[in-house]
Amino acid sequence: MKNMLTKRIIPCLDIKDGRTVKGVNFVDIREAGDPVELGQAYADQGADELVFLDITATIENRSTFAALVKKIARYVNIPFTVGGGIRSVDDVSVLLDAGADKISVNSAAVKNPELINSLADNFGSQFVVLAIDTHFDGKKSQVYVHGGRTPVENLWTKEWAKEGVSRGAGEILLTSMNHDGTKQGFAMDITRCLSESLPVPVIASGGAGNADHFVEVFAEGKADAALAASIFHFGEVKIPDLKKELREKGINIRIE
Amino acid sequence: MKVVIIKYNAGNVYSVHAALQRLGIGAELSDDPEVIHSADKIIFPGVGEASTARAYLDGKNLSRLIVSLKQPVLGICLGLQLFCKQSEENDTTGLGIFDVEVKKFPATEKVPHMGWNTLEALNGPLFKNIEDGSHVYFVHSFYAEISRDTIARTNYSVPFSAALQRDNFFALQFHPEKSAKVGSKILKNFIDL
Repeated sequence: MKNMLTKRIIPCLDIKDGRTVKGVNFVDIREAGDPVELGQAYADQGADELVFLDITATIENRSTFAALVKKIARYVNIPFTVGGGIRSVDDVSVLLDAGADKISVNSAAVKNPELINSLADNFGSQFVVLAIDTHFDGKKSQVYVHGGRTPVENLWTKEWAKEGVSRGAGEILLTSMNHDGTKQGFAMDITRCLSESLPVPVIASGGAGNADHFVEVFAEGKADAALAASIFHFGEVKIPDLKKELREKGINIRIE
Repeated sequence: MKVVIIKYNAGNVYSVHAALQRLGIGAELSDDPEVIHSADKIIFPGVGEASTARAYLDGKNLSRLIVSLKQPVLGICLGLQLFCKQSEENDTTGLGIFDVEVKKFPATEKVPHMGWNTLEALNGPLFKNIEDGSHVYFVHSFYAEISRDTIARTNYSVPFSAALQRDNFFALQFHPEKSAKVGSKILKNFIDL
């Protein structure tokens, strides 16, 4: 039976104090910093899913972020993941009630892997995305934390991803620190390695610069989804054009 | 028009409510049998685990009520699975509205089946003005087999029922509340029944 599940295109928005951080000029919207309006615009353009990362994620800001999540769920008609500073089941309960479809955990799960089990037990695996920042030193791929700044001693990407899935993570969001911000293309080897060895979807992140990079990461990297931020925000790659090109290259893509 | 969403501790209750709001339709959240009984349209959304959901319905005296309803009822995701006869998820007995078994996906593809997939062989008023091949958003690990009540099918490892209908009971395995414009059209079609 042919698998008709489409590859997903996921714009990522960084949020600080309820506003998007990076400037955005891909579309004429009234208020460039409004995550809800941006989310709607991306949904209308054909984004398959959205990720909102709370990059402040201080205790004081948590209620601001939860209120924003509720507003996103109210106005945006595609699924979205929220992440940033999630440390406990209580943090996640609030976001679930606010209408988030999935949450992502990163550093807190490295520090306390049991967190993945508790989240999966409480909310189901389909709700739990394990975000991994990975760095390749020429020999091995190592896990980094704190926004990709700090290497974790003896924690290797493949092993950690496998452990995360066995603890209940339902999806892996893999960001390659070597590629992030370069616009030279996604990390192929580690993405393919995880995607082929894990029983859950893998989202590739870091390095997208043009449509060919997306073709590559789906066809050769075997990614289930691909995430990017600035190239979408600045209109360097427009989602409708990207999807058209992907489909022309034989990638199974949703076009509404 | 009174639309009631059966209140239930599931993540997508708010999302379904919001999707109706986007269509300009107000809905009441309730687990009160009287309120549900008096509604024109009833929606039972659900994400989570089948046996827990079944126990919840029984605990609120809602299982028999749902089966006895005569107005249009829409089950979403786990809602569809609970409308079936039996689920392999923790060997849960369903409400038996559809004479269909719910099974776990084989591990030949990644499970859960998560993302956008196509609807085929569409049938009935729920899919008015929806084309075969339209994409909708799925998240599930169990599926309802194809049956005579199937009104839309999707393929993932196996062909399965993406939607079922029997008399006034409608059910969708995918999430119309998260399926962009196609999803809102389907919700609107249900409200317009």
